[in-house]
Amino acid sequence: MSNLANIFKNHKAFIPFVVADDPDFDTTVANIVALAEGGADIVEVGIPFSDPIADGPVIQSADLRAFAAGVRTKTVFEIVEAARKQTDVPIVFLTYLNIVFKYGYEAFCKKCHELAISGLVIPDMPYESKAEIMPAANKYGIDIIPLITPTSGHRIEKIAKDASGFIYVVSSLGITGERNEFFNGLKDLVAEIKQYTDVPTAIGFGVHTPEQAKEMATIADGVIIGSAIVDIVDKQKQNAPEAVEKFTKSIRSAINESNTRKATV
Amino acid sequence: MTKLKEETKDNRAGIYAGTYGGQYIPETLMTELEKVDKAFHTLKDDPDFKAELHDLLVNYANRPSLLYYAKNMTEDLGGAKIYLKREDLNHTGAHKINNVIGQALLAKHLGKKRLIAETGAGQHGVATATIAALFGMECEIFMGKEDTDRQKLNVYRMELLGAKVHPVTTGSMVLKDAINAALQEWATRSEDTFYVMGSAVGPYPFPEMVKHFQSVISKESKVQLKAKENTLPDMVVACVGGGSNAIGSFADYIDDPSVKLVGVEAAGKGVNTDKTAATIERGSVGIFHGMKSLFLQNDDGQINPVYSISAGLDYPGVGPEHAALAKEGRAQYVGITDDESVQAFEYIAKEEGIVAAIESCHAIAYVEKVAPTMTKDQIIVCTLSGRGDKDVASIAKYKGVDIDE
Repeated sequence: MSNLANIFKNHKAFIPFVVADDPDFDTTVANIVALAEGGADIVEVGIPFSDPIADGPVIQSADLRAFAAGVRTKTVFEIVEAARKQTDVPIVFLTYLNIVFKYGYEAFCKKCHELAISGLVIPDMPYESKAEIMPAANKYGIDIIPLITPTSGHRIEKIAKDASGFIYVVSSLGITGERNEFFNGLKDLVAEIKQYTDVPTAIGFGVHTPEQAKEMATIADGVIIGSAIVDIVDKQKQNAPEAVEKFTKSIRSAINESNTRKATV
Repeated sequence: MTKLKEETKDNRAGIYAGTYGGQYIPETLMTELEKVDKAFHTLKDDPDFKAELHDLLVNYANRPSLLYYAKNMTEDLGGAKIYLKREDLNHTGAHKINNVIGQALLAKHLGKKRLIAETGAGQHGVATATIAALFGMECEIFMGKEDTDRQKLNVYRMELLGAKVHPVTTGSMVLKDAINAALQEWATRSEDTFYVMGSAVGPYPFPEMVKHFQSVISKESKVQLKAKENTLPDMVVACVGGGSNAIGSFADYIDDPSVKLVGVEAAGKGVNTDKTAATIERGSVGIFHGMKSLFLQNDDGQINPVYSISAGLDYPGVGPEHAALAKEGRAQYVGITDDESVQAFEYIAKEEGIVAAIESCHAIAYVEKVAPTMTKDQIIVCTLSGRGDKDVASIAKYKGVDIDE
């Protein structure tokens, strides 16, 4: 098990996401550093997949830009290695199971350990299918971060009780991408998760403004933002790091406000 | 590892649990998948459900389909006796209706009001749109843009039947991308919606469910051949994309070791080229579209673009039970190229007066090769999975014939 859960102990966490090698190697390294400088608690790095069935158009396009840059699984490891020279921010990978399966569960988790990767988010690996990766994940101290969604229902208990690192709470049905409305039972969903576990929760899918981040941070222990950052990278290309850092700071301070508010309640 | 093994020990599908199959799908869909699983296993042996299914198959879909003795082909090829299982004569013109009726009935029992489906050549989309019209359900079909272009007739048929067709413009814009889009739609809206999976692929229980509803093909052919020849066939041949007509054609013969089972994949420009869809011959083990199976992919596990003249066969994966049957050696899988299938398209039209789907013509092309190597007392049953009206324009184009559509 990694140290991920400790990050949430004293304050609400911000977990931004970038796609590796979008638009190129150096920009991704600089973006990871910028996210850390801007106040990210954990950086989620996406390893591109040819068929990202849980992702909306923004992240699909980022994957395509990364493929155009010639991304391989080993490129992603090299990006993290380069970023590690400048930051020790906790990092988790988000990717689809076939990428990990083809690399080999043991070899992949070993590599993660070497790169000080704390955990893996694998959207197409539900609770029932994680048994095959767990021996390697446990051996190398990699958290397998589960997702809980508005449709999880009776499944929440078993997923929550078995979770480590943090729990990725999916804000709404469907795929990733910016949204203005979320599942209206999020508070109850997080409350139910809390009945079964002390593992922290972070809400993601669709969050893209400081106001939303603040709202989500009052509900859960952390906030995940993906598409909004990927969108900045798309628009700013090689100039993205500066804008990414600025955006991160705005989210950070919004989340901190929710911390303050919580403290005064 | 998976439910497959625990719950279906007596079922052939259970065998692949350890190696192939499984449920690799986003959490958003898992509760819904559990409902489908429960409904399927509760209803499949329920007398009322079976009666309802049987009534629709007989009185709406025109079953049983003929087992036709192809006398001209048999004489011309000069070897094994050739029987064609005429799924092309079903209502909507392909085997797809067998499965759609079954799944749509399940959807009805689950209280769903809306059917969604992926389609490649359009046959599954047409079958789904047809049953949605019959049952008074909403219907939306996801079809790769590449396929909506080469199968315009089927797009129009679906629209005529009241379905909304979404051309999918992501990825290589073919069948796999249509499945991605349909899965995403299902994840967004499952409350009132049933995903009618068209092939023997996807997360458990879809492969088993599709096999169950398609096994009517082999159950019938076994009885029909017994009546005509009083024997089992020596060989059963069917084309394989995801593998629904093939698993249905094999199902009732899997435990008859004397019956050789041959699945014919689309080799495109050739099994050893990059323009192929011959998954079993060229693929490796991977996890995609909810299942562990064989896929055409690169060393990193990125799914390769695939190619075939046939929109129904150009899929980078194959149903998990086919992967298992290949591994065990119980079934053999061979590749047939575009050129060979087009030649068979013309051959069966001229010999037997049957315009068969280009998918099915892959199986026919293999029969042309293998029948002459067999003796006259041997019997091949080849499944003609669909009719070829939809292909006439594109084959004419392939042959350089200018016809006015």
